[in-house]
Amino acid sequence: MAVKVLIPTPLQKFTRDQATVECNGGTINELLDSLEQSCPGIKARLCDDSGELRRFINFYVNSEDIRFLEGKNTALQEGDEVSIVPAVAGG
Amino acid sequence: MTQATQATTPTQSAATFTGLKCKECGADYEAKALHVCEFCFGPLEVAYDYSALSRTVTRETIQAGPNSIWRYRPFLPVQTNNPIDVGTGMTPLVQTNRLARRLGLKRLYIKNDAVNMPTLSFKDRVVSVALTRARELGFSTVSCASTGNLANSTAAIAAHAGLECCVFIPADLEAGKILGTLIYGPTVMAVQGNYDQVNRLCSEVANTHGWGFVNINLRPYYSEGSKTLGYEVAEQLGWQLPDHIVAPLASGSLFSKIHKGFQEFIKVGLVEDKTVRFSGAQAEGCSPIAQAFREGRDFITPVKPNTIAKSIAIGNPADGIYAVDIARKTNGNIESVTDAEIIEGMKLLAETEGIFTETAGGTTIAVLKKLVEAGKIDPEETTVAYITGNGLKTQEAVQGYIGEPLTIEPKLDSFERALERAQTLDRLEWQQVLV
Repeated sequence: MAVKVLIPTPLQKFTRDQATVECNGGTINELLDSLEQSCPGIKARLCDDSGELRRFINFYVNSEDIRFLEGKNTALQEGDEVSIVPAVAGG
Repeated sequence: MTQATQATTPTQSAATFTGLKCKECGADYEAKALHVCEFCFGPLEVAYDYSALSRTVTRETIQAGPNSIWRYRPFLPVQTNNPIDVGTGMTPLVQTNRLARRLGLKRLYIKNDAVNMPTLSFKDRVVSVALTRARELGFSTVSCASTGNLANSTAAIAAHAGLECCVFIPADLEAGKILGTLIYGPTVMAVQGNYDQVNRLCSEVANTHGWGFVNINLRPYYSEGSKTLGYEVAEQLGWQLPDHIVAPLASGSLFSKIHKGFQEFIKVGLVEDKTVRFSGAQAEGCSPIAQAFREGRDFITPVKPNTIAKSIAIGNPADGIYAVDIARKTNGNIESVTDAEIIEGMKLLAETEGIFTETAGGTTIAVLKKLVEAGKIDPEETTVAYITGNGLKTQEAVQGYIGEPLTIEPKLDSFERALERAQTLDRLEWQQVLV
């Protein structure tokens, strides 16, 4: 599945300053591995030592928070847009 | 207004802060437009040189300052001695009489930011700081993700400072909040979605546009403005801390910063050390922080908001976990109330103290009442309830719950008849209450 991923500013040093990258993956889990292949080092920033998504990072699939979907097992379709957003904002 | 604001970049830095520090992992950063740690994504906090502050700031130096939040300038993250001062802050701390008696409390105060300047909510505090810092960092366009009050404030103060402004709000906001933004001439993006969606969109826009988003890339500076709600209460109580505070919870930032304000005053010796109990108020239709507190969790599960208290309807609160921490460690509570209780809270404050607050204030008063009734606030405690917004902005919420005027002819007998009817209705209402 080819999906578009929006990359937050603090991670753009891993994507050669690109704000969006194209990736593959049938789930968020697979997407993380695909991202790591094209942008080495990025996964360690997104996940903690036990492989869980960091507490201060939110993932959205087509604007929906994956915590309202299936979390890291959320399925991805061709053409989906995945947005990675630091949790600390707003208010 | 106490100072002219046209003057621009200062020739000499009066900064008392040393940079930014990650609240989670402690990594240090320069004081730029950054809001999260690039390693762990924790929030960045402004770091100050407190030993220098202890040497230079006294009660007298503060009292000699302007009658606004800028009397606390050494505790705020700006370099200039000439900040944007639109008279924000130093709002009344009202000792209540009738409300205190009604609730059975001995000393209850209202910190009344319903009359904060210039846009009648506490947001003028954070925006004054954020836009002063935005100017120092060289931004010419400022922006925000808002539930209404912040949009009013950002648009107004940007207009005053001559900054370009583009604000983002949920499309279904109260009419008063939309009109109260448009009047200042910003670009207003009404997003078809809830606040959390607006917020996410703004994070994406901030990645691609070089704007100063007050509550995204300028958030470490912006949020510091809320500390002044702590400082002012301490000063207005005669340089003492209260025993208990009750404040509304949206993102949880205000709550954490009032706490930080009290701690800083203790640290530099302006007030005596004591533990202030912190209790938070949420609307039941959007209560992720209250749920985490109740269930003893150390993480927040996001919710989809559904409440009339739109200004605090944040389903995915950035500082929620810090608010839970503070309530726990100070032996406070976090409670939620229904929309019906919120309306009753607005009416109770208006009818006993003559203060017309918006739905967030109704939430705070309703939670205050609930906590007193549950024995969770001691009648002997000096308690401060923070009222953060003005009721004229959320008129839709109470329409239909506050009666109608009596329409009469311009004749004495028409008045007499109407008065008698009104008194009879009053009596009936009392009888109902007594039954």
